[in-house]
Amino acid sequence: MGLILQIVRIATPYLFAAAGGTIAERSGIVSLGLEGYMLTGACAAAFGSYYGGTVWSGILWGATGGALLASIHAIATIRFRADQIVSGIAVNILAVGTTRFALRVAFGSSSNSPRVPGGASGALEIGGLLSIVAVAMILDRTRFGLRLRAAGEHPEAATTVGISVSRIRAIAVLASGALAGLGGTFLALDQHQFSDEMTAGRGFIALAAVIFGRWDPVRVGAACLLFAGAEALEINLQGTSAIPSQFVAMIPYVLTIVALAGIVGRSVPPAALGKSGH
Amino acid sequence: MKALFPVLVGALVALVVGDVLILGVGQSPADVYRLLLEGTWGNPYGFAQVLYKATTLTFTGLAVALALRAGLFNIGAEAQLALGGFAASVAGLALPIHTPAFLAIVVCVVAAAAGGAVGGAVPGALNAWFGANEVITTILLNFVVLFFLNWVVTAHLHVPETVHTPALTNGIVPRLSVLIPAFRGSAANATVLLAIAAAVVTGWFVFRTRFGYELRAVGLSPDAAEAAGIVLPRVRVATFTLAGALAGMGGTNFVLGYKHYYEDGFTGGAGLIGIAVALAGRAHPIGIMLAALAFATLSQGGLAIHALVPKQMADILQGVVILAIAIASASRARS
Amino acid sequence: MLSLEAINKNYGTVVANRDASLTVATGEIHAVVGENGAGKTTLLRIAAGELRADSGRVMLDDRDVSGWSVTEAIAAGVGMVHQHFMLVPTLTVTENMILGREPVFLDRRRASQAVRDLSESTGLAVDPEAKVSDLSVGEAQRVEILKALYRGATLLILDEPTAVLSLPEVDDLWKVLRALRDHGSTVILITHKLDEVMAIADTVTVMRNGQTVGQFQTSEVTPADLALAMVGRELAEFFTPAQRPMMNAAPVLEIENLVVGQAVDGVSFTVAPGEIFGIAGVEGNGQHELIEAIAGYAKVTSGSIRRGGTPIERLSVRRRGELGIAHIPDDRQRRGLVLDYTVAENLILGRERSFGRVRLDRMKMAIEAQRLITAFDIRPHDPRRLARTLSGGNQQKVVVAREMGGIRDFHVLLAAQPTRGVDIGALETIHAHFRLARSEGRSVVLVSSDLSELLALADRIAVMLRGRFVTVVDRADASAEVIGRYMAGAA
Repeated sequence: MGLILQIVRIATPYLFAAAGGTIAERSGIVSLGLEGYMLTGACAAAFGSYYGGTVWSGILWGATGGALLASIHAIATIRFRADQIVSGIAVNILAVGTTRFALRVAFGSSSNSPRVPGGASGALEIGGLLSIVAVAMILDRTRFGLRLRAAGEHPEAATTVGISVSRIRAIAVLASGALAGLGGTFLALDQHQFSDEMTAGRGFIALAAVIFGRWDPVRVGAACLLFAGAEALEINLQGTSAIPSQFVAMIPYVLTIVALAGIVGRSVPPAALGKSGH
Repeated sequence: MKALFPVLVGALVALVVGDVLILGVGQSPADVYRLLLEGTWGNPYGFAQVLYKATTLTFTGLAVALALRAGLFNIGAEAQLALGGFAASVAGLALPIHTPAFLAIVVCVVAAAAGGAVGGAVPGALNAWFGANEVITTILLNFVVLFFLNWVVTAHLHVPETVHTPALTNGIVPRLSVLIPAFRGSAANATVLLAIAAAVVTGWFVFRTRFGYELRAVGLSPDAAEAAGIVLPRVRVATFTLAGALAGMGGTNFVLGYKHYYEDGFTGGAGLIGIAVALAGRAHPIGIMLAALAFATLSQGGLAIHALVPKQMADILQGVVILAIAIASASRARS
Repeated sequence: MLSLEAINKNYGTVVANRDASLTVATGEIHAVVGENGAGKTTLLRIAAGELRADSGRVMLDDRDVSGWSVTEAIAAGVGMVHQHFMLVPTLTVTENMILGREPVFLDRRRASQAVRDLSESTGLAVDPEAKVSDLSVGEAQRVEILKALYRGATLLILDEPTAVLSLPEVDDLWKVLRALRDHGSTVILITHKLDEVMAIADTVTVMRNGQTVGQFQTSEVTPADLALAMVGRELAEFFTPAQRPMMNAAPVLEIENLVVGQAVDGVSFTVAPGEIFGIAGVEGNGQHELIEAIAGYAKVTSGSIRRGGTPIERLSVRRRGELGIAHIPDDRQRRGLVLDYTVAENLILGRERSFGRVRLDRMKMAIEAQRLITAFDIRPHDPRRLARTLSGGNQQKVVVAREMGGIRDFHVLLAAQPTRGVDIGALETIHAHFRLARSEGRSVVLVSSDLSELLALADRIAVMLRGRFVTVVDRADASAEVIGRYMAGAA
């Protein structure tokens, strides 16, 4: 039982970010920026909690911070048709720089914020699981989800029936920013502080989960839990295990590479993913 | 000249954003820029540091640019750089004690190239023969490689209490301060010459050889290249492997020329900035060298102005520049 | 009633529609015919609101609707079904049908039922729950038609609907269209297949080179008349009988029972030295795939290709080039040229190995470029111009120069639509070089949808229809009428 709780705890940032990544990529926009959104969210959450005094202001700021950074990616790629990969990388670099800058200016340190009110971990953990379920239901059961799926697979067909592909994608990207931001919020509030680059690649693990889960929310959620499970196992076996921690850390990435190489079945992304045409 | 438009836009936007940030912390842009120039090109030590950083960036920039010319995105320069540095240190440690200096350096550089080449061949092969998207595979491999190297060093090869390998006695590349005393104290070393040579050779290779001709054709019009009999997967794998080798050689700057050991994390994001360098340099050797100098100046300058403005401003500007160039390139391509 | 008057539409320098007009009466089945590139699809897309004309009027029942949007057109009952389906493959039939008009929370059951009802009332059988990617092409097309009807279309425009259908499916489609007409709907059919026009349409409008050349009642006209109207420019019927190909010598190319995917369904022919072997037929009947297979970059499903006696079906493009096969692709901008390379660089494409193993010999390249530019009159006479900046005709001359006059000699030239979109001057240069090659004992396989070109150059003409050769005639026995009838499947 304790193991399950531990796995959920580790998986929460992944679940949030992967939910966001799934929705954005299903609409056709590459989500390399998840790491950046998460980091920005973590920083904003710490600030929000610190200045706002409550955990809830932290959560609000965290989601907003992630969404703000995502809006930059959205404007660059949707409005200006900039290359989605380059934009994603730029956004990640921006996130690192901006959060460090903010730390420095507000708290005079380049590595840690002071201790901030935190907690609400339980609520956020539930939120993480819910976000995956929500994405699954939205994609499958709502009008928005149907249009989003069309935008990601065959944008021209969607345009011919009068759907605004740009608007749908923009909403999806902003949502991914907010969700990944919540993932970062969980990290910051759980640890009661924000530290430099605290996301440590979790955004990329979330992206790996999206790919490994073949862009299907339920599978993606399972992938997140799988990766978190491996991490939990490694923590518990630390020192006693024959497998060095670095190899356990590699698991999500190696699994995804294997999936991409088509060794275990074909991995077919949304047809319009990464293409800037409509 | 039209090709320079995105770069100019990038520079302009960086200037504007920089001004905003500087004013935001209550400083005057004029003061800050003056201090930045004084700290980089205005004094010998600063200039030497710029040269040092630009050296690594030239290699990673070339690595990204070469792949770009073939229509591929090499996000793995970070891992390739690390592999190269690691291979160089291992080679240096493995060489017998009295190896002539020049030979030792050559062996280590070749080892570095080989190490990086492996880092390029894997995603290249995955893309060419399995159709795996090279952007994702290189990003994933970055992590895999870095974890792997971390394990190798911490489990087997490190000096206690540190995360670096034992110091080399072989294959050491001399510092520039040997020739130019004013550079004393700086990390700048003769690898800068290797970087310039690499840029020149890569330029010759891409623009003047038969293979370069085929490489560019694959990048510009893969359908026409295929119809003309060029075998696309072969060109792609070979290109990615060479790109990896270039990034790998960049590892010698730190390992052979500066600290004389491999240290976990020495790459410090140079692989990612290499992407910015390649884009700003329009994937052209001269442009790349200039862009490398520019980004190195930004980085070193950040340190110099630290008293007035947090050096993290440089990080922000890097991201801004990349975005601005990406947007400007897209707008130009569409018109 | 729908009418388009004096429509002009240009894409840059390409003239798609020139002073084109169309009048369609309510409740009729109206066919619009013409070769590929005649401008049919563009004209009808303007009618459907997808494109805006540069000038001219669109009138619907005395209402001026020029420049209207797709949404307005759909609201007015005008719906278009495209040749390339606008269906999302990963969604089900029902999901595709309701896309754009769904309730906020999807009610799958109700939507499914609605689709079923519509399907039954129109006779277009579809499975509402099937995923579009699992459907056959005929079924997918039915979904497209249903989609338009679901949105209330009373005037249906179908673009090349039978291009992808088997014969029984075509009959089913005719039943549906007749039923629609009998219920008061109007149907406009864009096609290049004359047998269909005669079978189903009441009225037919012929288009050629962007213009409408005539409107006829199908009861008053024959397929041959239509073929002539579609194709007929002043057919240059000169033929230089100066040299007869060596029909009794060993063939330079032998194709036996070649099958390439679904497109080529068992083609056999041989080509003699010094022969120009023409392949006629409307585009889309498998010529493209046939040539790609012989050239080496489309996979051969079965059958054999022999060049000078040697089987080559497993050889690479490069190897085949060394064995004397040259190739002018039908898509010069995608397959023939690297647009961002200079003329000089394009002139060595595929043969770069002859210009250096490691270092490219630029001097040699420059000499070669100068030679070819002069010999083929490529304008402007500047080897350093980017191929992208050349006109279509000159771009084509670059490809032709490289393949025919370049450093690597050829025995057989595969020429696919070599003069499409090319000005008269360039066309004559290219034809002159074909004749020259012929007189030197070299052979050309000439695929063209331009009948006058084939009649002017070819020694024998095969007609390709639905993946097979329906006939091979000697030049002496060939004429526009004869070939036209075979092309239309009406012989």
